[in-house]
Amino acid sequence: MFDVIVVGAGPGGSIASKTCAEMGLDVLMVEKRQEIGVPVRCAEGISKDALERFVKPKRSFISREVVGAKIFAPDGTEIVLSEERAGNEVGYVLERKIFDRYLAKLASDAGAEVLVKTTAVSFEKKDDRVRVRLLRMGEEWDVETKIVIGADGVESRVAKFFGIDTTLKLNEVESCVQYLMTNIDFDPDYCHFWLGKSIAPGGYVWLFPKRIGANVGIGVMPSLAKKTPKEYLDDFVSKKFSDGKVVEFVAGAVPVCGEIETAVSDNVMLVGDAARHADPITGGGIANAMKAGYYAGIVAFEAVKRGDFSARFLRRYDKLWKDDFGRNLARKRRLQQKLIDMDDDTLNRIFHSIPRNIGELSVRAIVLEIFKRNPKLLWDVKDFIF
Amino acid sequence: MRKIVVVDRYRCAYCGACISVCKFNANELIETFLHIYDDRCNGCGICVKVCPMGALKVIECST
Repeated sequence: MFDVIVVGAGPGGSIASKTCAEMGLDVLMVEKRQEIGVPVRCAEGISKDALERFVKPKRSFISREVVGAKIFAPDGTEIVLSEERAGNEVGYVLERKIFDRYLAKLASDAGAEVLVKTTAVSFEKKDDRVRVRLLRMGEEWDVETKIVIGADGVESRVAKFFGIDTTLKLNEVESCVQYLMTNIDFDPDYCHFWLGKSIAPGGYVWLFPKRIGANVGIGVMPSLAKKTPKEYLDDFVSKKFSDGKVVEFVAGAVPVCGEIETAVSDNVMLVGDAARHADPITGGGIANAMKAGYYAGIVAFEAVKRGDFSARFLRRYDKLWKDDFGRNLARKRRLQQKLIDMDDDTLNRIFHSIPRNIGELSVRAIVLEIFKRNPKLLWDVKDFIF
Repeated sequence: MRKIVVVDRYRCAYCGACISVCKFNANELIETFLHIYDDRCNGCGICVKVCPMGALKVIECST
């Protein structure tokens, strides 16, 4: 019998496992895929602060450092943000294949058991415990636990089994594909973002430099898209990087619904994409997933100590993640809904209205400039800036 | 005739996007294998729209 079973060995699951194990809990982390970190479903960007809060950066899993972000309007007008102003996703570009394994190793070093190629297929409440059915290479068996931490990604089954309704609507999800491209020309010191309804309806195209080549990907909102994200990305790539070669091709979905009401149920806490913790504007999720994993670990420890696994007790976890970043998710969701309504002409005009000589550009400075020139917009997005 | 969703395995990247939008719990990833349970799928096709690979489609079937 375990204290905690963590489903999913991404950054959220591994930090949760590590946190629990360090406090002496019996932890099992299961990963359905046979390789932790593969296939990558991520642009791999994270800010330096967000990463260093949990791990010391190592050359092995930092693919590249960048100094800022270049953002392009639909007509190509460019603005440049320095790293510390560019938000949660700019600073390091990770090698997730290595990073995720490194975090799993930290969890394992702390005493957590780790099983790969193992799917948690069903869950059954049994008094105040949960019986988890595991499936590995065709063989099924049951394990019991006091707490389940669902770190099982955008496709979370844990949420569904325990009645936490996280089903996404077509305007609450970004459908994404990404190429790792070589033989392309770009400024390797910057993450790049291209905006516009014609390029990526309800999303954007990104380029994140790596040690070899760059992640070039796209997210589109299915409620607005007229074709698949791959078709949009191929259009973009054929215009911009016609000589580029694709050496890796991945796909995925990012939840952009913003703050959910609760990420707990009796015996259960959800972290990361399973709890829809990704940023609705940027789609970034690693930073929040690691924070959530840490908070869930702390609360799991308290719950085991108290012998209370009720949703009522576990709501402490809700409070922790909501106070830290939940309200920000809600704000970003409101802003996103304004942004996706903007047509390309409006976006172009806004970019043109930002003076080239603004000096140290920050998101705040840009937004203030925009409002000086487009006061009508102010009302719409005031929640976000103030 | 009823409608159900089928997967083109040559296109599926087993990313789980379809699972995130299905309110009928009709799909599941076991390792890297997407299962669609046709007794639960009602053929609404919401997953078809979210699939980044264009790997899903709604078909009519007689059984």
